[in-house]
Amino acid sequence: MLSTYNYPKFEYRRPPELAGQRDGHYPVVVVGAGPVGLAAAIDLAIQGTPVVLLDNDDTVSIGSRGVCYAKRALEIMDRLGCAEEMVQKGVSWNVGRTFFHEEEVFNFNLCPQPDHHRPGMINLQQYYLEEYLVRRAQSLPNIDLRWKSNVIGVADDGERVALRVETPDGAYSLDADWLVVADGARSPIRHMMGLEVEGKIFMDRFLIADVVMKADYPAERWFWFDPPFHPNQSVLLHRQADNVWRIDFQLGWHADPEEEKKPENVIPRIKAMLAAKGNEEREFELEWVSVYTFQCRRMHEFRHGRLLFTGDAAHQVSPFGARGANSGIQDTDNLVWKLKLVLDGKAPQTLLDTYSEERVFAADENLVNSTRSTDFITPKSAVSKTFRNAVLGLAKDYPFARALVNSGRLSVPSFLTESRLNTPDADVFAGVMVPGAPLDDAPCETPGGEQWLLQATGNRFQLLYYVPDAGDIAPADAAALAALADAPVPVEALVVAERGAAPGGLKTLIDSRGRIRERYDLRPATTYLVRPDQHVAARWRTFDAGLVRAALDRATCNA
Amino acid sequence: MSLNTDSNFFTPGKRYFRAFSPGDDFYEALIETHRDLSAEQSAMVNARLILLLANHIGDISVLREAMKIARDGA
Repeated sequence: MLSTYNYPKFEYRRPPELAGQRDGHYPVVVVGAGPVGLAAAIDLAIQGTPVVLLDNDDTVSIGSRGVCYAKRALEIMDRLGCAEEMVQKGVSWNVGRTFFHEEEVFNFNLCPQPDHHRPGMINLQQYYLEEYLVRRAQSLPNIDLRWKSNVIGVADDGERVALRVETPDGAYSLDADWLVVADGARSPIRHMMGLEVEGKIFMDRFLIADVVMKADYPAERWFWFDPPFHPNQSVLLHRQADNVWRIDFQLGWHADPEEEKKPENVIPRIKAMLAAKGNEEREFELEWVSVYTFQCRRMHEFRHGRLLFTGDAAHQVSPFGARGANSGIQDTDNLVWKLKLVLDGKAPQTLLDTYSEERVFAADENLVNSTRSTDFITPKSAVSKTFRNAVLGLAKDYPFARALVNSGRLSVPSFLTESRLNTPDADVFAGVMVPGAPLDDAPCETPGGEQWLLQATGNRFQLLYYVPDAGDIAPADAAALAALADAPVPVEALVVAERGAAPGGLKTLIDSRGRIRERYDLRPATTYLVRPDQHVAARWRTFDAGLVRAALDRATCNA
Repeated sequence: MSLNTDSNFFTPGKRYFRAFSPGDDFYEALIETHRDLSAEQSAMVNARLILLLANHIGDISVLREAMKIARDGA
C-alpha cells in the first residue's frame, strides 16, 4: 500500500530514576500520548505544572483513525497553541449531504452563523494531530515525555499514586500526586484498578478505507443510506489532507474482518462507488484499511481517588458524530484548570469530583446522540427500518422529516446546565449563553489588532463587563474591576465596549461587529463570569464585586 | 388549518440547545415503543397509535391531507 505519511520515531531516553538521579516524585503523571493525553500534558505545562507523560510506544497513531476535529476542539487547541497548524493542514468543512439511494434528501451546515474564527469541523488524519501535539509538548520545558514506557503497576494509597514503569532499560518506580489516565479504550490502568466500564457493543462491522486519489469532490461530508453501489448498507465519504479520502462502508455483523480487509475485496467496493459517481476511470491507491466494531459505554465515575480518567479510557461512543476524540479533548479542557487549583491549594479536592460530574453529563449526551445515530443508520428491527425509510422518503419534500434524518449528530460541546459550579440566573437574559454554556465566539478589536473573543479568554477566570463607551466607566467601578485580580483565585476583568478605552489599565475588547452584544444579550453593565475552560459560570445585569466573589467561590468549590 | 410539515416537536418546560434534539427525543421514544415486539404486534401498535393521534388532531381535513401524502409515498 501507498504511504503519504512518514511515521516519526521519537527517541527513548533512559529515565532519571534508572540513572539514580531523582527520587521520582511528580505532581502529575499522564499516561498515554494520544491526542487526549498530549492535550492534558500541554495544558498542564502551559498553566505552570511540571508533568511526566508516559507512552508505551515511540510513534504516532498508526492509520488515520480519528479524522474529524470539531470547532470546540479547535478552540481548545487554539488555547494550547496547536490549532493553526491543524487548520492549515486539515480540510475545513461545514456542509454535510445525506443521500437515500441516489438522491440527496437532506443537507446541514455545522456553522450557519457568520463571524466565527474556526470552522464547524476539519478533517485531519490523527497522526498529523499527534505529531503537532508532540512537537508542541517538546517545545515546553516542563513536560518530560517518556516513550517506550509501559505502566505495569499502579496503586493509590490515598496520599499519592505509585507507578511501576517498564522500559527497554528495565523497570522503575515513580510517585505522582495525581494520575491522568489517557491510555485508550482498552485502558490497561482501568483493568489494573479493577474498574468497570458499562455499556453495550453494537452488532455491526464497518470497513474503513483510506484512499489516495485526485478528486474534485467538494470538501463536504457525504453520507449514503442504501446506495445502489452498496445496497442495504450505509457509506460515508470524507476528504482528508494530502488527497487522502476516507470511505466507510457498513458491512453487517456477519462479515469476516480478515477477508474484508484484503485489497481484492476492498478495491471492487471503491470502484463501484466511483463508478456510481461517474468516475469509473479514476485512479486510486489504498493507503490504510481497517475493519472495526464499536461499543457505547462509560465508567460510572471518571475520578477514582487520585486517578482521573479521560477520553476513551473513560467513555466510548460510536464513530457517527465524531464524538470520541473531540469529547476526550474537552475532558482535559474541563479537568486541567481544576487540577491546577487543587495542586496550588486554592480549591478543595471536591472540585475534581465536578470534573467527573460535568464530563459524565457530557459523556451521556455523547452516548445518547451517537447511539441514536447508530440506531437510525443500522436499524435493529424490521419496523425500525420501515420508520427509517419512511423518514428518508419524506425528507425530500417535508422539513419535519429532514430534521429526523440522523446520519450522525456531529460533535458539539455540552451546555453544562446541571453543574453545581454554576450560579443560577437571577436576572433575565435572551439567547443561549446560560450558566454552564460554552462561550460563543465573536470577533473583537484590541489595541493589538483584530482578535476573537475565544482568543482573549481562557486559562484563568475572567469577567466580561459591557459598557457602550469604555471611557465612561466610573473610577470606583474601574478600581473594583481591577481589584478582582488580587484575590487568591484571580479574576481578570475584560471590558467589552463599542468604543473607547477603559481607565486604570483594564483590557478593552471593542465589539467591532456587534456580535458579542448580540450573542451574549449585553446591555450596559451586563457582567459574565467566565471559567478558565471558557464556560459561563454566572452572569448579571449589574456589576457587584460581592456577587462575583460568591460566584467564584461556588465555581471553585470554595463556597 | 392545513397540515403542518415543519419541525414541530418539543417537550413542555424543557429547554433545547440543539435543533436536532427534540425530533431525536421523539424518534427514540417511537422506536422504543416497538422494542421486542413481533411484526404483528408492531403493526397493531402502529394502528393503535395512528388512531389515538388522529383523534387528538381531530380536524379531518388535516388528516385527509396526511393520509394522501402517506399513501402517495407507499
